[in-house]
Amino acid sequence: MTLTDLALRFRGQPADVVDRVSLAVKSGEVLCVVGESGCGKSVTAMALMGLLPQQNTVISSGHLTVGHTDLDLTRESLPPSARGNRVAMIFQEPMTSLNPAFRIGNQICETIIRHTGTNSANARAHAKEMLQRVGIANPSQRLREYPHQLSGGMRQRVMIAMALANNPQVLIADEPTTALDVTIQAQILDLIRDLRDETGMSTIMITHDLGVVAEIADRVAVMYAGQVVEQGAVRDVFDNPQHPYTIGLMSAMPGLGLEGKRLAIIPGTVPTISNMPKGCRFRTRCAFATSTCQERPKLRKIAPHHDTACHFAPLEAHIEVSQ
Amino acid sequence: MLAFLLRRILIAIPTIVIISIMVFGLQHLLPGDPLLVLAGEERDPAVLEALREKYRLNDPIPLQYLAWVGNALQGDLGVSLRTNQPVTELMAQKLPVTIQLALMSMIFALVIGIPAGILSAAKKGTATDYVANVVALSGLSIPNFWLGIMLILLVSVKWQLLPASGYVPPSEDLWQSIRTMLMPSFVLGTALAATLMRHTRSAMIGVLSADYVRTARAKGLSERVVILKHALRNALTPIVTLTALLFGELVAGAVLTEQIFTIPGFGKLVVDAVFNRDYAVVQGIVLVTAVGFIFMNLFADAMYFVLNPRLRGQ
Repeated sequence: MTLTDLALRFRGQPADVVDRVSLAVKSGEVLCVVGESGCGKSVTAMALMGLLPQQNTVISSGHLTVGHTDLDLTRESLPPSARGNRVAMIFQEPMTSLNPAFRIGNQICETIIRHTGTNSANARAHAKEMLQRVGIANPSQRLREYPHQLSGGMRQRVMIAMALANNPQVLIADEPTTALDVTIQAQILDLIRDLRDETGMSTIMITHDLGVVAEIADRVAVMYAGQVVEQGAVRDVFDNPQHPYTIGLMSAMPGLGLEGKRLAIIPGTVPTISNMPKGCRFRTRCAFATSTCQERPKLRKIAPHHDTACHFAPLEAHIEVSQ
Repeated sequence: MLAFLLRRILIAIPTIVIISIMVFGLQHLLPGDPLLVLAGEERDPAVLEALREKYRLNDPIPLQYLAWVGNALQGDLGVSLRTNQPVTELMAQKLPVTIQLALMSMIFALVIGIPAGILSAAKKGTATDYVANVVALSGLSIPNFWLGIMLILLVSVKWQLLPASGYVPPSEDLWQSIRTMLMPSFVLGTALAATLMRHTRSAMIGVLSADYVRTARAKGLSERVVILKHALRNALTPIVTLTALLFGELVAGAVLTEQIFTIPGFGKLVVDAVFNRDYAVVQGIVLVTAVGFIFMNLFADAMYFVLNPRLRGQ
């Protein structure tokens, strides 16, 4: 799946909340999109699924390729026949993402029947099999239960079973573990990884948790204020961050061997959408910024699997980075 | 669920007791003496005294109350001071008329109000939503009596399509019965439809932004299934409550509409009884109406269980 140059804004806002974002994920690959709240990562995911409300979203550019389907996002979005079928999505809120009024079985069978047209007996058998695959014990009984009878981790497993029921080529996971406690988080990540290995699906995982990225990602895209500022193989980006924002993010992450020390912070706050600086959107908070930064830096290759959007990258060439 | 309903019924009992005391007490606070009406022109003290004795009005008030309640529990609400007919018999005559009117009005209200509410929520902010709201607002603001009179003028007098007034029992001629009730129930129904539409709309708007609705869309379900299955099912609770209460209201107080279409229903009975200071009838009606309301509430409570699986397990 490839997304090229997505730009969109909400009606009435002065700047794009997603600004020329391109993402690509190969089959069997896990791409993590990281960034703080409000950086546009979830909006990008919703735009991929075609779930943004049409009345107040203006998409000014963007191209989406899924398998052999080519979509011009300014005019069309992912058709319903592909949603939950070739491209599936799971969400951050397992507690509220299942409909409280219907049994689990009903909700899983619904998506199977919608996309395969099979009869309900077959759908039920398949739903049961899916519950087994996501590690839910006693699947026949669970199918008859309501969401409130399940724990949060269990509900997220049900969401995953539902998303994967039609063997999607792409799974979009929007912070799937944020609302869960740590042990359940690890289980869910393991599950997603195992299912990826089994099915060869591509996964785009939205997260703000660098721990999750280290755990599961093959590649990572760092977003800041609606733009991708750096992307590449996880090892390259983590070991050798080349955008000042990524560097700040890395040093703000608590790690072993840092006990007793203050965590570094990135000075300032994310600019609001009505107050977006021209050119590089990070320049108001960047220690390296000069007048050059008033022009927008392009995302460019600095190593074989590593792109960054900073005029001064690679940074070693210019300054001592760490202090 | 049974435990819950049982508890609700137990709570209802003191409510009914309090209502019965208030109904009984209010009568004694009202000015005017029904006996003067009964005794006619002469006002002979002996006659008055005999009447007092007959209706046990000389007993202490608590005793009168207990006697009244005791009889009421046995289905005896006394006799009309005016016509000497048993109150239960009077009500039994009028109630079916009003219930038929209420049912038909409710059908109008539901068939118009709920789809309109769903549509305007689904198309929130569009011309459809705007038109639906304006229509609903006019439905709320047009007085029933005006709409009733206009309908009689046009449909009955000018086009001669439907009878202007009266009542035909369904047992006599079902088709004719429905025809006579059509206009009055339309008048009552449209007013309620407006209320229902507004509530349906706001309930649906709340539910349509829920996460599970987003999930339903992410599954690729059609907008029809998303709205009519996933959203509507969760928006139904307030709609059902409102419907139950509106129905109670319809039974209790279609006074104006019954008057305009000269339907011999409950509303007319109430008004006549009040004007004639027919204590027994007023007491009976208020009591029965109040109990009816309590049962409609119980019905709404029971519906929550059907609608909300979270409550069932407890």
